[in-house]
Amino acid sequence: MTATHDHPLDTHLTDEGAQEMAPRPVAGGVEVLREVGSVLRMSEAEAALAPDDGETTIINMGPQHPSTHGVLRLMLELDGETVLRTKPVIGYLHTGMEKTGESLTYLQGGTNVTRMDYASPIFNELAFCLAAEQLLGLELPPRAVWIRMLLSELNRLTSHFLFLATNGMDLGSTSMMIYGWREREEGLRILEMITGLRMNHNFIRIGGTAADLPDGWQERLDTYLTSIPERLEEYETLMTHQPIWRERLQGVGTISAEEALALGATGPILRSTGYAWDLRRDLPYLAYDDVDFDVIVGSYGDSFDRYAIRLNEVRESMRILRQCIDRMPEGDYRLQDKKVTPPPRARIDESMEALIHHFKIFTEGFKVPEGEAYAAVESPRGELGVYLASDGSSKPYRMRVRGPSFFNLQVLPHIMHGGLIADAVANISSVDPIMGEVDR
Amino acid sequence: MTDVDATPAGEPTGEPEAVVEELHGFPVTRRFGQRVAFVPREELVGLVRTLRDEGWVQLLDVTAVDYLAHRRSDLPEGVEGERFEVVVLLISHAQRERLRLRVQVPESDATVPSLFEVHPGAEAAEREVFDMFGIAFEGHPDLTRILMPEDWEGFPLRKDYGIGRIPVQFKDAPT
Repeated sequence: MTATHDHPLDTHLTDEGAQEMAPRPVAGGVEVLREVGSVLRMSEAEAALAPDDGETTIINMGPQHPSTHGVLRLMLELDGETVLRTKPVIGYLHTGMEKTGESLTYLQGGTNVTRMDYASPIFNELAFCLAAEQLLGLELPPRAVWIRMLLSELNRLTSHFLFLATNGMDLGSTSMMIYGWREREEGLRILEMITGLRMNHNFIRIGGTAADLPDGWQERLDTYLTSIPERLEEYETLMTHQPIWRERLQGVGTISAEEALALGATGPILRSTGYAWDLRRDLPYLAYDDVDFDVIVGSYGDSFDRYAIRLNEVRESMRILRQCIDRMPEGDYRLQDKKVTPPPRARIDESMEALIHHFKIFTEGFKVPEGEAYAAVESPRGELGVYLASDGSSKPYRMRVRGPSFFNLQVLPHIMHGGLIADAVANISSVDPIMGEVDR
Repeated sequence: MTDVDATPAGEPTGEPEAVVEELHGFPVTRRFGQRVAFVPREELVGLVRTLRDEGWVQLLDVTAVDYLAHRRSDLPEGVEGERFEVVVLLISHAQRERLRLRVQVPESDATVPSLFEVHPGAEAAEREVFDMFGIAFEGHPDLTRILMPEDWEGFPLRKDYGIGRIPVQFKDAPT
């Protein structure tokens, strides 16, 4: 372990980090994190050469462990069954999507970003389009904004159902896995009806959406929303009110608001500590300042709160979806700006100019004014931001995606510290990382 | 990997960005409702620490842009553009506002002091910038590659680093 910072407590460093708490009135998040020292900073070669002191062992968990949600690998330093330090090793899914994004036009960019957080693709497309629309200075028609909001909330439902399913599976409740998958599939079928695809929709386009809502979407969505409350009651019976479930999650993996803030954690992890911060309410985008919903917060910052927050956010998303059904404005689903959006299909047959615009948009793309912009949305996992730098051409000069899971993973060593290895599974699950977004 | 020619085309167009206000003595411009401050790298850590105590409680991201192939025109008067630019995103929950710090980093000495001491959450983001751009963060506790393999050569998101392709072997393709 290298001690590069010149903090006075460094003199107390042992292999478990600094052991003595310095007296002070209130320890800030940064100080607590440093003193506990739960991050293992050691390469594979160093771990192999580490002297065997007979007390601690370093083992690998992953990247092919079923409960690590994809290809997350953890190097764990164990003392018996107790986890001391942890190092998340990532990069197994890295395919250079930010580099690829620099060679795709803004129209093609959506197909790239939608594959990052594959459990909530709509949010990736949305953040990308919001950033590009800032640079282009576009103002969208209200129906486009509301369709985007409807898709976001529907996607939040499917993403949270995926979490509930995998969280149940990780903790041994296989029935919950099947239930969660059942509800998620029904949500995906509605997304398929609207966008044409179950996942990786590329439906949100710069200037609006790719198509209007299909006929009969209200009835289909209404049937779905009517079926959910009963199912949620089942979940409550199966998990929330069940002593074994509570024992497995309550008090496991606690984190304070100060620590979560210091580590860059957002979304349900930050809210589980009782810190009410939700971009939909606090920095509203789309039409979120126009709909009623509550921000769900926890009180203990443990794995149970993170489970309960997601379960209750399903209910809030349903409230927003109900308002979308009732108040969906009439009008155009995309901006009619011939420089950015393709002309309506019927116009192409009768107008040479429309044909040329259509051809130009799909071959060379449209030019985006020079400058840089950052736009963020509240994805099911936290703040998902896209930073775009444009050089005035039809492709982004630089595209950076701030994946919430990438930062949320930094919380993992701290909530695992001092816990049992059996609780590690509950902790990984409650962070809900999506590795596609971590590695990009 | 193939090196690509990344010579910028033409001269910068447009006027320098207007400085709307100052933040602890540093010029601030406004882009799409968000404030952007231009900070010399020597002052970065001190400024971020002061800002943290003033309510900019969370560091959201540390990223970088390689301006090798593009001459910017959105820098305010008095800020000399360098090849690399490190971008730090901060948020104030009390003011409900975002703040972006842009730090110029020359190619000849691509180092920036690390923000780990102020915001431990910068650790992974700074590792990624190091991995992708080769910008070193002084004082970082574990400056190693994070996404690319440990023995990888080159920095993929630099503009003189070409897009790699693996040739695909088709089964019945005529040779």
